[in-house]
Amino acid sequence: MTGNGDAARPTLPGVPSSAEQAEGWRAPGQDAGWLNPVRERFLLRLLVRKELRVRYRGSMLGMLWSYVKPAVQFIVFYIALGLFLQLSKGTPGYAVYLFSGIVVINLFGEVFGNATRSITGNGALVAKIYMPSQLFPWSSMIVALVHFLPQLVVLVVGALLSGWIPSPTSLVAFGLGMVILLVFTMGLGMLAAALNAAFRDVENFVDLIVMVATWLSPVLYRISMVQEAIGGTIWWWLYQLNPLTIVVELFHVAFWRYSGPVVEKLPMDPTLATPGEPFGLWWAGLLIAMATFVVGTIVFERSKRRFAQEL
Amino acid sequence: MSPNIQDVPESAAVPTDREMVRIQHISKEFSLRHDHSLKELVFSALQKKKLADTFLALDDVDLTVHAGETVGLIGFNGSGKSTLLKTISGVLFPDVGRVMLRGRVAGLIEVGAGFHPDLSGRENVYLNGAILGMDREQIDAKFDEIVAFSEIEEFIDTDVKYYSSGMFLRLAFSVAVHTEPDIFLVDEILSVGDEPFQRKCLQRIRELQQAGRTMVVVSHELEMLQKLCTRIVVMRAGKVIFDGDPTKAVATLRAS
Repeated sequence: MTGNGDAARPTLPGVPSSAEQAEGWRAPGQDAGWLNPVRERFLLRLLVRKELRVRYRGSMLGMLWSYVKPAVQFIVFYIALGLFLQLSKGTPGYAVYLFSGIVVINLFGEVFGNATRSITGNGALVAKIYMPSQLFPWSSMIVALVHFLPQLVVLVVGALLSGWIPSPTSLVAFGLGMVILLVFTMGLGMLAAALNAAFRDVENFVDLIVMVATWLSPVLYRISMVQEAIGGTIWWWLYQLNPLTIVVELFHVAFWRYSGPVVEKLPMDPTLATPGEPFGLWWAGLLIAMATFVVGTIVFERSKRRFAQEL
Repeated sequence: MSPNIQDVPESAAVPTDREMVRIQHISKEFSLRHDHSLKELVFSALQKKKLADTFLALDDVDLTVHAGETVGLIGFNGSGKSTLLKTISGVLFPDVGRVMLRGRVAGLIEVGAGFHPDLSGRENVYLNGAILGMDREQIDAKFDEIVAFSEIEEFIDTDVKYYSSGMFLRLAFSVAVHTEPDIFLVDEILSVGDEPFQRKCLQRIRELQQAGRTMVVVSHELEMLQKLCTRIVVMRAGKVIFDGDPTKAVATLRAS
């Protein structure tokens, strides 16, 4: 009723004037806007629980599936790229390097994909009962985080086994990476969810983006190889400014860069050090992420009034 | 199944002067989209084919509902009753004009819309209560009452997909009537369950009326509405053609 939503929406018709609001009037469907997920924590939690229950209905492996997919991905990439293309030779601790990138891209893909489908997937609710529609993309993000947690545990264990020692630097890098990744992806997700309500093509497009993202950020190869190939061109800058590149590099700093084997080999191979160590272009990533979030929120807020009739 | 007319209680609503819903000259146009894909959109743009037909679901509707009133909305199919109810609940937004409310509104647009078959009855009670605007304490406090009203105590921890349709509707209705909103929107739901249950539902409606709740009810059960409502609005082709005494309203609809 109050707060940010009103200030952002003077142009939309139908909101009662302040004198009318003082008499207790409000418009139907008028809510706290992007603050809804905070206001409606109880409902958000129930929606998350519902989604987690429903996801694995009738499946024997259940939550285990969230291990299977990254495990298979990891094995395939490790064999094809690490062994066949011999990337693991020049990169100490390639397994950890690879997996810390894979978890980033998987989280990105799951948040982005789920958020995109969150409005159309809950069509029955959206079209019939009023509820703050921001809760749908937000609950799909939290569900994705729940699935991310076991992968993170595997990553930490793997990193420890390969001689990684947690440090304040790695903690900061990990925190920054998570914030940039989630803010950025939620922005994209809300944008795509709003568009997907009108055009179902968007969800296929999103699948495409997620696939491309795996290859256009330094998940499988090292960023120094990209610099060798396209360094000095505008493409190199664009590549570096890709928020996913920034997040993947932050994860490398968090789990791989300061582990024993890498530090040992650094004098022989200076390219193991990433540009702008330790946190690189984190500020650019954060700015881009916040800008994306603002755009996504505005588009979502503007289109949510039409969700019910578009579904 | 329609309720027995002799079971329908006399209206216990006590209208007051306090306005609860103000509907100010609203119109709503729907486009009957032919398609939902980008490809077809591009092609139609290229061929300059008209993309969508539109029709006016609500045409300059102006209505005020006071606290304690039970207002019936009647009209033939496609007259705009449900659209009007959805605009009040905040699911749809008018193109022109505006709607204002006072207090909490709960829409029973469709019984069980928020129910999920893969959750147990208990989980569904919580989920739906929350969707209809209750917080955890309210649901905790009302939980036993909700289950008792639905009469399905022994199945409350069973997944809803194993429920019979009657059990499902009972539970859904029971959650809805226990949300205690200030404004209660009801769409065609009083034909739920068997006769004893219907009697119970109507009794519950009467209690809500006595408690001073405001209600807007859409139904095709004209006799029932005539007894239950303090006022009936007749709609045709998106317009309000009569607003007032229930008996006259029913006569107006029958004459048209």
